[in-house]
Amino acid sequence: MRPLRIAVCVKPVPDPKESNRLQIDPATKTLVRKGIPLVINPLDRHALEAGIKLKEEAEGKVTVFSMAPPAAEQTLTETLAMGADEAVLLSDLRFAGGDTLATARVLAAGLKKMGEWDLIICGAESFDGGTAQVGPQLAVLLGIPWLTRVCQLKREDDNHLLVTVEDETEQRDLLAQLPLLITVDSAVNQPRRLSLLGILAARKRKVITFTADDLPVDLAGIGLNGSPTQTRDLFTHESTKKVELLTGSPQQVAIQLLDKLGLTEKGAGQ
Amino acid sequence: MNFEFTAEQELLKKAAREVAEEVIAPRVEEMEKTKELPEDFYPIMAEAGFTGILVPEEYGGSNLGTLAAILVVEEISRVSAALGTSFQVHCLGYLPLVRLGSPELKAKYLPGVAAGQYIATGAITEASGGSDPTGGMTTTAVRDGDDWIINGRKCFISNNKTANCTWVTAVTKDQPKKEFTTFFVDKSMEGYKTGRMESKAGFHGLDNGDLIFQNCRVPHSNIILGEGKGITVAMTSIGRMGRMGMAAVGLGVIKASLDAAVKFANERVLYGKPIAHLQAVQFKIAEMTYLLEASRLLVYRAAWMTDQNVPDKELAPYVAMAKLYATDAAIKASDLAVEILGGYGVVEEYHVERYLRDARMIWAAAGTGDIMKLTVARMHLNG
Repeated sequence: MRPLRIAVCVKPVPDPKESNRLQIDPATKTLVRKGIPLVINPLDRHALEAGIKLKEEAEGKVTVFSMAPPAAEQTLTETLAMGADEAVLLSDLRFAGGDTLATARVLAAGLKKMGEWDLIICGAESFDGGTAQVGPQLAVLLGIPWLTRVCQLKREDDNHLLVTVEDETEQRDLLAQLPLLITVDSAVNQPRRLSLLGILAARKRKVITFTADDLPVDLAGIGLNGSPTQTRDLFTHESTKKVELLTGSPQQVAIQLLDKLGLTEKGAGQ
Repeated sequence: MNFEFTAEQELLKKAAREVAEEVIAPRVEEMEKTKELPEDFYPIMAEAGFTGILVPEEYGGSNLGTLAAILVVEEISRVSAALGTSFQVHCLGYLPLVRLGSPELKAKYLPGVAAGQYIATGAITEASGGSDPTGGMTTTAVRDGDDWIINGRKCFISNNKTANCTWVTAVTKDQPKKEFTTFFVDKSMEGYKTGRMESKAGFHGLDNGDLIFQNCRVPHSNIILGEGKGITVAMTSIGRMGRMGMAAVGLGVIKASLDAAVKFANERVLYGKPIAHLQAVQFKIAEMTYLLEASRLLVYRAAWMTDQNVPDKELAPYVAMAKLYATDAAIKASDLAVEILGGYGVVEEYHVERYLRDARMIWAAAGTGDIMKLTVARMHLNG
């Protein structure tokens, strides 16, 4: 089968294992991430694994894209150690504060800059934002179809993938034509562990960095100012749920329960 | 000065942590019961590329150096001090080949080491003791044509069952002065056997005990460095890897103790709030933290000096300080963790009692804390 040109979008997120240390800055309404290490968004690891597996089946090339601060270079180096062929960091202060659409615009510009793609793979959602919007928005901007929450994936022929997508109610098997964007779920594969050999192989590969000046992007549509959605407030939800223990004989407990449910007359035969 | 790890070293730590957390952690409980090293531990370490971390690239290794090896030992030891020790002993077992072995010996063994086919150890200690090997060594090697015949028993050898190759030091001349020679022996050679196994307080999962050499026939070409240079070979192995390796095991134990104590302190509620709010607990967490940081500085610097090729004699006190301090810190930190956990501190399910037992094991391995002090004192004093 012909080699595929595969793009994988990844987002560096605060390590989920340290999520109990995340706090919200009351003034800026942003997450305070200081001291919490960044990792590849967990579902993006599955996206990368899916890309690498397809490449291993029929050669091809996997390029990773990320819009993130310069510190994300380490995260992108990790994707190279896992088996990506090249990594592109889209980093510029003017990108900061962008919502999902502004982010998708920057990613779309980065992808266009680097060529044409048969397949674009994203994680279904990010661990921190969790909107699940960037993938579909990117597909719209690139003018290609998309499928979300892919949980099984197989190359069918030169121009088709066999995919299984899952929603709340059903699983569907689909024959999908390339070019295509998919977002993947954790069921799609088991991401490989880092290996020393992969780390050494990454020495020969570089992270390419582009700023806004390098990209075909309209500055009015990126960053905080170019974002149609703005965060008005961010707060920690305080749970007000309480457990109340009903005591007494089974009959007494039953009556109390019916009383709580507003069914006393009917239930207790009063 | 630059105290940051390189991007590559950070990735290496992460790779080792993934193996530790995903593969080793689920088996620790079983290892505590069976005291057996998991059969797939070395295949997994080989697949990850760790078994040949000190092996030159031309023999299939990565040649990343001592600091890199130490970082892997630390991460593995954070989950299992037993397996961290096993791995560092493997490294000290083949290091003499890398540094002092003939091209023939390197070609014969190092590709297999890198591929995980050869798991190594080193054998100098006998029943008479390890820190004064020349005084009490009774293992002998006698020339027989192109071979040597080794007879003797080595004890307290880690990986004595798992390893299928080892360096072994033997007396090769008695008069006018005792001479020692170090040979590299593999299990295809007749007369090389595993002897009794020790049952120990900690390091459950690490095999440790006797190696028996009974008319073991070894080719002359398997001598490392040359006849009469056996102690140099052994001390290179122990001084450039063994002691630092045990210090790195200590780092892992301290970090594991700190993590367990912090988690418990944040979750355990007494008097209506987590015990982390109690100053007595805060003091203990602070002490564990600076013990870890100070130990790391000493250990990483000693490893860095090793990679700078500082000669054995000049390096020895820095390695000794690292080993001594990290060991004492591991004992102290794990003890503090047991205290913070109170009654849970001695419950197996909470692991910290294991950290304390393992920390105690480090003290004697590769030279006791007191021997380390003698090495440090020799920086300034004769004797």
